[in-house]
Amino acid sequence: MTKSVKSNVNYIRSLIVSSIYHAGSGHPGGCLSCVDIVDYLYRYHMSYSFLDCDNVSRDRFIMSKGHCVPTIYAVFCDMEYISLSELKTLRKINSRLQGHSHRVAFPQVEVSTGSLAQGFSFAIGESLGLKLQGYSNNVYAMIGDGELQEGQIWEGAMFAAHHNLGNLCTIVDYNKMQSDDLNENIIKLEPLQNKWESFGWNVFNIDGHNPNQIREVFSAAMSKENQKPSVVIAHTIKGKGVSYMESIPSWHGSVKLTEEDCRKALKDLECTDNEIEVLMSA
Amino acid sequence: MLRSPDLVGKSQDSLREAFGKSLILLAEDYPSLVVLDADVAGGTGVHHFRKNFPDRFIQCGIAEQNMISVAAGMAETGLIPIVTTFAVFLLRAYEQVRLSVAYSQMNVKLVGSHCGLDVGPDGGSAQCLEDIAAFRAIPNMSVIVPASPIEINQATRFIIEHKGPIYMRSGRSPLEECLDNSYKFEFGKGKYLSRGSDLTIISCGVCTGRSIQVVKDLKELDINVELINMSTIKPIDQKIIIESAKRTSKVVTVEDHSIIGGLGSAVAEVLSEYHPTPLKRIGVKDTFGESGEPDELACKYGIDQVSIKNTIINWLKNETKG
Repeated sequence: MTKSVKSNVNYIRSLIVSSIYHAGSGHPGGCLSCVDIVDYLYRYHMSYSFLDCDNVSRDRFIMSKGHCVPTIYAVFCDMEYISLSELKTLRKINSRLQGHSHRVAFPQVEVSTGSLAQGFSFAIGESLGLKLQGYSNNVYAMIGDGELQEGQIWEGAMFAAHHNLGNLCTIVDYNKMQSDDLNENIIKLEPLQNKWESFGWNVFNIDGHNPNQIREVFSAAMSKENQKPSVVIAHTIKGKGVSYMESIPSWHGSVKLTEEDCRKALKDLECTDNEIEVLMSA
Repeated sequence: MLRSPDLVGKSQDSLREAFGKSLILLAEDYPSLVVLDADVAGGTGVHHFRKNFPDRFIQCGIAEQNMISVAAGMAETGLIPIVTTFAVFLLRAYEQVRLSVAYSQMNVKLVGSHCGLDVGPDGGSAQCLEDIAAFRAIPNMSVIVPASPIEINQATRFIIEHKGPIYMRSGRSPLEECLDNSYKFEFGKGKYLSRGSDLTIISCGVCTGRSIQVVKDLKELDINVELINMSTIKPIDQKIIIESAKRTSKVVTVEDHSIIGGLGSAVAEVLSEYHPTPLKRIGVKDTFGESGEPDELACKYGIDQVSIKNTIINWLKNETKG
């Protein structure tokens, strides 16, 4: 289908919603909140080639909040690395598009996930491995806010600062919500900036949906003089772009989208009638 | 400093000490080799590596979950990480082993010291009696349990050369060398240490040295034992188990591990499926250990030389009656 002139990220959001609709289950809220950053990193920022995915000297993006891997699949689809018909095999048998990423099934997703915080430590290991071998590439790890409740995150935060991993940039997709409720009603995270600073990290705060702030923060965070690891606290909106999902925790998932849900979401995301039919069709 | 004769595992070394010395010799041949430690280098034998190769020694602090996933990430960049800590603390990071290492097929080597009652005075919390069972259950994982300094020297080279996730047991107590200098470790193969037609004993780890003595004791009673050292628990050598069981019709397993899920279970799985044979599993009987010297504990829990011999004699009597 021909891409319309509207913003890329809304089209990617449409791909996410329709893939989760076809899957019959998935986590739309957190997938929609992190799109802008994931798309920016893959499309404009990282030194990365889909076809050369085992090149050691590549930048790496690690989606540690692995239930949001549909965002990566959708970005890959929009960049024409995978087809729309393959995107619709998400979570289906014999598909490489596993519900949580599996690096053996699909090496380009970089990491296997499904248990929070492990991707973060995996990214730290890659950063250290690259540094020890003299590579100058960077590693970007996206973690969820609820994920910060895992003890392993803080084990890794101490480790990365101790080993001066200036080639590591972590992004917290801070949509303020997790599976059951607001973070602050589950286990509160604030003061979040102070926590990371006291662990020895450079901390940046941005609006995670603002393209200018996204562009500027990664060039600032990854300056070559960096000795410390950096964390970008990206303030985002869960379910961004879909009116009935925005800031409602129950859309964290895993949810089943009805046909009506999906059509309404695609409308909200400014899809044309023709686009909606293509995205809805099996 | 390198390749000094002092840095070769030898008789009276513990398995952890022999393992630590082997790493020094191998580090020169394998520049991608790195060692990860969780503040127990003195206890796992990797203090030798830390001293000789400080740049390739990664201190992870007391944070095993992060250590395992970090190792997986390092492996992704082409390094060969050897992760070392007490076996029970590897269990603490069991799910990281499952996802970050095994499910992802990352080339990470786990070496657990402080296994079985052999740990001694630290007590039941530190005596890992479930590690073989736990790691054997994970797809893509191999499990190796060397019997002596000579064997762990060879097995350490193997785990570095082999591509894929492996768990290897070392051990805490000094061990008399029980294998000949001509012994050759082979991954996935059991090795006959004696031949006989009355009974098969299959052993691993510190129980192999004891079983060698038991074979001599039983010989005096005119019982000819076929002893197999089964240092690879997964993949298990089905062929040698079936071959020997056909010859002797009676099999005993001996291990410093729970009788649930370890060597005994692995052998039982093979025999019950392919060649049903009377089997006696000797090991720790679904209980935790306690403080004490390793030889006292082995005696109390029935896995020292005398208990192994007596258990076998009594079992044979009952089997004959049967």
